[in-house]
Amino acid sequence: MISQVFILSSKGDHLIYKDFRGEAGKDAVNKFYEMVTALTGGQPPVVMKHKELHFVHIRQGGLYWVATTKADASPFTIIEFLNRLTALVKDYCGCLSEKSVQMNFALIYELLDEVVDFGYIQTTSTDILKNFIQTEAVSSKPFSLFDLSNVGLFGADTQQNKVAPSAAATRPIVSSQGEQGGKNEIFVDVIERMSVVIGANGVLMKADIEGEIRVKCYMPSCSEMRIGLNEEFSIGKSQLSGYGAAVRVDECSFHQAVRLDEFDTYRILKVCPSQGEQTVMQYQLCDDLPTAPPFRLFPSIERDSGGRYRTLFIHVPLSLRQSLFSYSAAINVSITIPVPKGSLRLSQELSSPDQSAELQPKNKAVHWEIPRFPGGAQLSALFKLEVSGLSAASLQEVGPVSLNFELPKYTSTGLQIRFLRLSPIQPGPSQRWVRYVTHSDSYTIRI
Amino acid sequence: MPYLGDEHTVRELRRALSNPNVQADHLRYRNTIHRVIRVMSQGQDVSGLYSEMVKACATVDIVQKKLVYVFLCSYASLNPELSLLVINTLRKDCSDHNPMVRSLALRNMCNLRLPGLSQYVQQPLTVGLKDKAACVRRVAVLGWAKIHSLQPNTEMGRYTHIIHSLQPNTEMDVAVVNELYGLLRDPDPVVMVNCLRALEEILQEEGGVAINKPIAHHLLNRLKLCDVWGQSEVLAVLQRYRPRGEDELFDILSLLDPALLSHHAPVMAATLRLFLSLCSTLPAVCMSALERARGPLLAAAGSTSRELRYAALCHIQLLLRSEPGLLGEHYKRFFCGYAEPPYIKQNKMQVLVELVNDDNVAMVLDELRGYCTDVNTETSQTAINAIGSIGRSYTDRCLAILTGLLGLKQEHITSAVLQTLRDLVWVCPQCGDAVCSALEGWEDNLQDSQGRGALLWLLGVYGDRVTGAPYLLEDCIDGVRSEVSAEVKTELLTATLRLFLSRPAETQDMMGRLLVYCIEEEVDMCVRDQALLYYRLLHCGIEEVRQVLQGGRRSDPSLGPLIGRPPEPISQWASIFNTLEPLTLGASTVGNSDPVTPKLSTLTPNTLTSNAEAMTPTPGDPHLPDCSSGALSLSVSPALTPEEFERLWLQLEKGACLEVCVACPVPRCSPEGLQVALQLVNIQTLAFTPPNTHPWRVYLYTHTSHISTKTPHTLILAELLHTGGEGEKEEEEEGEEEGEREEEGEKEGEGEKEGEKEEEEEGEGEKEGEEEGDKEGEEEGDGEREKEKGLLVVMRQHPGDQTALRGFLSVLTTVLHTLSTHTACTYTA
Repeated sequence: MISQVFILSSKGDHLIYKDFRGEAGKDAVNKFYEMVTALTGGQPPVVMKHKELHFVHIRQGGLYWVATTKADASPFTIIEFLNRLTALVKDYCGCLSEKSVQMNFALIYELLDEVVDFGYIQTTSTDILKNFIQTEAVSSKPFSLFDLSNVGLFGADTQQNKVAPSAAATRPIVSSQGEQGGKNEIFVDVIERMSVVIGANGVLMKADIEGEIRVKCYMPSCSEMRIGLNEEFSIGKSQLSGYGAAVRVDECSFHQAVRLDEFDTYRILKVCPSQGEQTVMQYQLCDDLPTAPPFRLFPSIERDSGGRYRTLFIHVPLSLRQSLFSYSAAINVSITIPVPKGSLRLSQELSSPDQSAELQPKNKAVHWEIPRFPGGAQLSALFKLEVSGLSAASLQEVGPVSLNFELPKYTSTGLQIRFLRLSPIQPGPSQRWVRYVTHSDSYTIRI
Repeated sequence: MPYLGDEHTVRELRRALSNPNVQADHLRYRNTIHRVIRVMSQGQDVSGLYSEMVKACATVDIVQKKLVYVFLCSYASLNPELSLLVINTLRKDCSDHNPMVRSLALRNMCNLRLPGLSQYVQQPLTVGLKDKAACVRRVAVLGWAKIHSLQPNTEMGRYTHIIHSLQPNTEMDVAVVNELYGLLRDPDPVVMVNCLRALEEILQEEGGVAINKPIAHHLLNRLKLCDVWGQSEVLAVLQRYRPRGEDELFDILSLLDPALLSHHAPVMAATLRLFLSLCSTLPAVCMSALERARGPLLAAAGSTSRELRYAALCHIQLLLRSEPGLLGEHYKRFFCGYAEPPYIKQNKMQVLVELVNDDNVAMVLDELRGYCTDVNTETSQTAINAIGSIGRSYTDRCLAILTGLLGLKQEHITSAVLQTLRDLVWVCPQCGDAVCSALEGWEDNLQDSQGRGALLWLLGVYGDRVTGAPYLLEDCIDGVRSEVSAEVKTELLTATLRLFLSRPAETQDMMGRLLVYCIEEEVDMCVRDQALLYYRLLHCGIEEVRQVLQGGRRSDPSLGPLIGRPPEPISQWASIFNTLEPLTLGASTVGNSDPVTPKLSTLTPNTLTSNAEAMTPTPGDPHLPDCSSGALSLSVSPALTPEEFERLWLQLEKGACLEVCVACPVPRCSPEGLQVALQLVNIQTLAFTPPNTHPWRVYLYTHTSHISTKTPHTLILAELLHTGGEGEKEEEEEGEEEGEREEEGEKEGEGEKEGEKEEEEEGEGEKEGEEEGDKEGEEEGDGEREKEKGLLVVMRQHPGDQTALRGFLSVLTTVLHTLSTHTACTYTA
């Protein structure tokens, strides 16, 4: 059971404080902040103890979400509860930030009041909560250039209007009036996270994919939704289906509300989505990717011992696989290359002006950013580092290169959503969006 | 506006609240109240507005009502009188036609937390239990638990029996408890779970809600209807239920089986815990449950939420204690992501070390090698330590990596590598050559005192093989004046003396300088005393010095450490599974380099009682002690690694130490047999000489604690020594010698010296024993009878506790006796 719940900003400001059992004083908040800021980097900060009180906290949206407990509670329950609480706040307030929490504090108090009673979790389902929550969310809309770019000349529809704006899914689920309130929208996202390790010789050493299908529903009432997956979708190693582009995952689990009576034959999931965001299905695939990893990178390092400082040349040719990406592009690509400790200066040759690279001496790394990387393209960069005290051993420090990227409209398992049907047919105009994205959880290439 | 000060804000808000114009305007009134709450949650004291807020409570606007309640509940304890006014409004609301208003009023009535008000609350609560709206019943059920928690302790009630006002409360409790048991059959699942929670609290002193067969089956059948939170709570309560027979047990297990695969980590963890507690007597079922839950656990360990990942990793470490092979093929899941926070990386490395086997060692080491240059120094040190621990089984590969890392010439890496090498050499003396070649031509100047200590230790031990050792030491000795750390100074003294033994010509001069400085100028008593000790030791002659410094320090090469820990039984950790303890346990081991002392304090009563259960005599061993073990319980956790043991063993020479000669033969069973037998009584064996060698020795340890008294837990280290046929006579002679030498020692007035002497004698004893053994080997035949005699038990303890020591001894001797009689029986049969 939970004694208190509080939310702190990263600077230690009290945003929300609620005491459920009256067991611990309010000074616990300050005590917590003291402990969290006193931590040195390496210690695990998830659970901390002060006298009889356990602090369990998570960090989301730049905030500390803390629950305290006296009894020996299940850590999984408390952590999951805090995660769920952040999801609820996100659903109700639109986004998670210090500002949105500050503006919607009354709503959050109301939520906490309904979700937890006397330290016991009552319900976290939006279907039930929506009957009780009366306060309306105040949405803070950050000004964004992206919104402007969507507006066509003289109000004409631009090409981009066919794509869901990225901000569309960051609004409060309940809004009776307001600009977007009338829209009946439903978003189905297939999100995959890749973690890949490629050895120095270019051999794939590890490739894991963790994926999920996430539904975000803005419809006040939606009785049933049918999500059709690829028909050749198979689970487990045994069901190999000959040739062809079989979509295979190792393990797969579903939300308990999903009905699977048509899953075995037609690969159809039936859900009654409640308002807000929920994960309908999770799946994992280990080591056996259907396609080669998207990025290829063959860095080469040369040492030049002339001049006052020793110089290190790092040549990084990077290519994105052509076949699948000719119609798409990777965005927000950033590459981190660890460099020797004594690196002083960096000069670079990049292939286009929108890229940037900088040396971060604190992290001992060169950071190369590419905002947009078209499919099939080959970019390369030449970094020239001046290193003091360069020795043969310093080359060992030029360690695994890691990539961060986002591949929209792409799933590496090949999972696709064939159709999305709502029944009964919604009365008003309803919009259904299906989005695919692959993130890099950790994509490292050894040198 | 925090800088305007509390008072100003409060005054301004009060004016706004009592302004009739504001009160008339619905929205403005609500906004003002909004501001009050905002100021309150920022941490300012606005309790002065209590009376204004009480007035604001009487409204039809639910949003405003909710806001006011938040305020009132926070400050009620400061204004008990004014709160009486609120009660009226609340009671009126309790009969509102809107169920939401009713539940709201009922909930906040109890949340005021004023014991004085409970008489007003009871009546609406009783009505609330029978309300037709489920949301009101949910609140009412928990309301009783709140009222109960406000009552003064029932123990207090017993003493002040005269106070009549308490009487109706307890009577009321009986009625309420019956009512709540009835409500377990409520159609609403949340009401059912809330009933369980309320009963748990109200009946806390009687051990919580009684789970009999009908209730348990009812709960199990309704489990599917609850949401995930309810499910995990019901599963936790069900742990107290003991099924009647195997059939019922397996029915329950097959009902729960799908929940093991739940993708909700809380449900999965609660189910697994229930499985482990239900099947504590069926290890095979526990194993298959662990295997079933492996997938979901791995999924949780790769979840998007870092915190969940951490919790899962900590629990995976628990599982690995019993079942190291469980995750072997999934080792790649524990490779670190590059953006992961250090605490997850370190945890993953600890898991990786456990998962190493012949197939994956190359991959794992390759991966760990990459972490060694991490930006975070603690992460890189953990990686280096991890490579060191893998090095115990795969020495060559790890040594290559570690010595390669020295080439990086980075302060923190070098220091960590040196410490790791020192630990590794201690366990695996065969890698001395590689270490020596790494030290050859050393020229770094280390800042870190632990790293310097390790370097000095290595130089002292391998001084004869490292050409530059005297020069390195000379640098240190020249700079000893500016040395801060006392440990480094003592290490320097020992290293210099050791080097003097192997290369006297080069070292003599600087050793003289060092001793002079340490004796004349040093302020730290420990360093000074050690210098004095060495000085006097040198007076005794070079042979003495050699025996003291080189006799006992090197590991006995015939003692092969048991590679890896033996798997613990699941019951060792089942009681802390799915609690916060594994997470805090991880926290204490990561930060500390010496995990022995902090771990001692984390022993929970739970584990102790489970050990006490394990201590009860098993039918196979009828001779187990009855007198001392009743109050004493032994435990093998936290486990000691061989080098921790060795260090403690040497350290404790000066502390509590007891040598007893037990008239008991050497058990003739295999080392594994002895190990298993001792594990039954929770004594852990750490190292053996091979059977039939002389001297035959075994090292063991255990943790003791008294269940009844509050004596602290102690750690006992013991050595069983069988020096061969004439062992006993030998022992007596040695005893006399020891006495003489002790006198000498006293003349010199040095406490520490005795310790060193003892060790030296051990060395001697060993040597004699070996000779003896060789003789024995030749005349195997007639030595048979004499072998049956004399087993020397040397015990060292921390902290000292004589009774515990005696208890331990009696347990040990009984086991040994039992073993020898058993084997004797099998021989005769």
